[in-house]
Amino acid sequence: MNQEITSSAKNSNSKMNLLFKHEALQQLLAFASLIILILFFSTASEFFLQFTNILGILLATAVIGVLALGVTFVIITGGIDLSVGTMMTLSSVMTGVFIVFLDLPIALGVLGGILTGAVCGFLNGCTITKMKLPPFVSTLAMMMIARGLSLVITGAIPIHFAAVPGFSDISMGVISQNLHIPNIVFIFFGIAIVAGVVLNKTILGRYAFAMGSNEEATRLSGVNTDFWKISIYIVSGIFAGVAGVLMASRLNSAQPALGAGYELEAIAAVVIGGTSLKGGKGNILGTVIGALIMSVLTNGLRILAVPHEWQTVVIGIVLIFAVYADMVRRSKR
Amino acid sequence: MLEMDGIDKRFPGVQALSNARFSLRSGEVHALVGENGAGKSTLMKILTGIHQKDKGRICYNNHEIEIPNPKSAQKYGISMVHQELNLMPDLTVAQNIFIGREPCFALGMWLNEPEINTKAKQLFKELNLDLDPRMLVSDLTIAKQQMVEIAKALSFDAKILIMDEPTAALTETETETLFRIVENLRDIGVGIVYISHRMEELKRISNRITVLRDGYYIGTLDTPDTTIDQIIGMMVGRNVYWSARPDLEIVKKEKVLSIKNLNRYKTLKDINFDLHKGEILGFSGLMGAGRTELARAIFGADPIDSGEIHVNGKRAKINKPADAVRQGICYLSEDRKRFGLMLDMDVKNNMVIPSLKEFSSALGFVNESKTNNISQSMVEALSIKTPGINQEVKLLSGGNQQKVVIAKWLIRNCEIIIFDEPTRGIDVGAKGEIYKLLQKLAEEGKSIIFISSELPEILRISHRIIVMCEGRITAQIKNESITQETIMRYATNFS
Repeated sequence: MNQEITSSAKNSNSKMNLLFKHEALQQLLAFASLIILILFFSTASEFFLQFTNILGILLATAVIGVLALGVTFVIITGGIDLSVGTMMTLSSVMTGVFIVFLDLPIALGVLGGILTGAVCGFLNGCTITKMKLPPFVSTLAMMMIARGLSLVITGAIPIHFAAVPGFSDISMGVISQNLHIPNIVFIFFGIAIVAGVVLNKTILGRYAFAMGSNEEATRLSGVNTDFWKISIYIVSGIFAGVAGVLMASRLNSAQPALGAGYELEAIAAVVIGGTSLKGGKGNILGTVIGALIMSVLTNGLRILAVPHEWQTVVIGIVLIFAVYADMVRRSKR
Repeated sequence: MLEMDGIDKRFPGVQALSNARFSLRSGEVHALVGENGAGKSTLMKILTGIHQKDKGRICYNNHEIEIPNPKSAQKYGISMVHQELNLMPDLTVAQNIFIGREPCFALGMWLNEPEINTKAKQLFKELNLDLDPRMLVSDLTIAKQQMVEIAKALSFDAKILIMDEPTAALTETETETLFRIVENLRDIGVGIVYISHRMEELKRISNRITVLRDGYYIGTLDTPDTTIDQIIGMMVGRNVYWSARPDLEIVKKEKVLSIKNLNRYKTLKDINFDLHKGEILGFSGLMGAGRTELARAIFGADPIDSGEIHVNGKRAKINKPADAVRQGICYLSEDRKRFGLMLDMDVKNNMVIPSLKEFSSALGFVNESKTNNISQSMVEALSIKTPGINQEVKLLSGGNQQKVVIAKWLIRNCEIIIFDEPTRGIDVGAKGEIYKLLQKLAEEGKSIIFISSELPEILRISHRIIVMCEGRITAQIKNESITQETIMRYATNFS
């Protein structure tokens, strides 16, 4: 019996399982949907599989993808974070303030931007645990506050990083001159791996699943649920902060009017990827696939010259079927 | 008017009723008594159509009838006022009573609000109840809310009214008012089934008393000719438990837990007791006596109004469960599915959640080989029947689920363990294993608070027994020659 335990323990420590959790079937389904979409669009248009187009898809996925990764943690606990879009904007604005207005070195500015997200996340966590506001209301309020602050701080004018050499290299620089793949793509996948490790291998991740599964039982098990809930909203804030820095670097400017609406796309990506809004179940790979599915859809529809307005209609319909399929699968077990 | 005969009812794992019998005349108050689990609620649920009998017959006015669902019980004029009131606090009295039957205009599109209030006023006049139909239910006292429930039950033209522990939340004056209402109902010919454990009240208000025990019908007595001792004797039965009493010598003198003057508004009053090292302290009492509330208060799951908790002689500040666990106290709640387990997670994770910090590195990374090993050894130590530690907990049987909860706290190495109804819903074999486990823990020096509604098991393993009734401690006795009847006496006593 003991050999079985040690061998299965070895397996679970292998790298493959970083991003996989129990529900292999669930991920298979999302992955299969992605493959089907790619096949469909590549047969429908010769432009789809071109290198520049694929790159465009990955670029489009990266920022929303980082947001989605952060919000995955929150949704697994059974909560929601509607403020990730505008937290991202506020973080990019603050990065601009630190680097352009206050002339701080790039590294400090980046850190300041990420910290902005962390502070917002901390405030979210406090209003939810100490004031006992429903997460929907609390993060909705933060969304509006962050949006307002972004406009106030910048006077509604974008902050440009043109005078700061090297800033845009964070996102758009390339490691290899031959391949021309911007850093942001690698950063996104790197963050995804980190997120997967944290979710599956650390106490923070374990408690997230526990609280999502049964928060009261977790509290009665002696876990300080207030502390860990706040931590998870801070995580979401940190990811939003990183997304803000990446966005600012990609555009080489901080756009205070951007961001609103990104949170819904991020949440859609998480849900399409198989994470349940009820909490207790979810995985990072699913979120990545969900984000890719949305970008592939948007891009493919555009290549097929489907009017821009119809794209969101299609995504909405896909969302309904994705969640429905997930619910059906869940009840069959 | 009503005869129930030969009623059998089986739930998975337990025979709730065996050949049970009950009769009711119109214009009588008939008390139904028995311990927790005697079958009173099951019998009444069969009468109100919530459950179906397996065998037996129900005769109403000499016609045999079937009651397949609550609606048909309603048709026969059978109504029940439950212990937990089923009212909508944000609606008015009248709206609550006529919910689902509102008088309307325009084919149900437009509510006829004045008519609802008029009909309610009429109802109150008939029943001699002092209620304002337009008041919000949430603004009423519990006593008045109960009156609303009674009015609602009777508005269905009820001939049979079942009242489940009606005076549990009432003051003495309110109880008097309730009795007056009950007597009025009796006078107009309603038959009332009165479920209660308050012996004095039963003697006052009832015409006859029926006793159930372990699902069996024990007997029916005419109230004027009966003494309380007789009733208690029938509730508890003559099966004296001859099995060996626990060895009181192993209990040390050292006090690991002291509760002083614990109070919580309306639920706990003046709780004072000590727990010694190596002791199994049994908590007996009827449902609602306050034992779970006391356990949760000690564990920090619920706030308290006043009182002190001392652990190993030092005052402890316990505001949340995390504090209690740090002090070495742990609590196995009586509803393991709701409060004890994360049903979607596997056996291993359920076991290690309280102790994750010990199995993780400084950076927070969980050491899976450690968690695998410890949970596997627990599965073996407690003989938990599961295909593996990665099995989802919700797929295990009740007894094995309970063992997972116990393992969870054993891994955390708590010194003071509070077990709340640990053998509920568990088969006989698994029960024995749990008793042995508790005794072993006590021998190892752990201190145990054992809450149970089953008198035989309290007597079997407790060193000392505390009896609670309505939020107070009514007795603290060494388990030397105490009998089930004595415990029941203290459990039904009220001030």
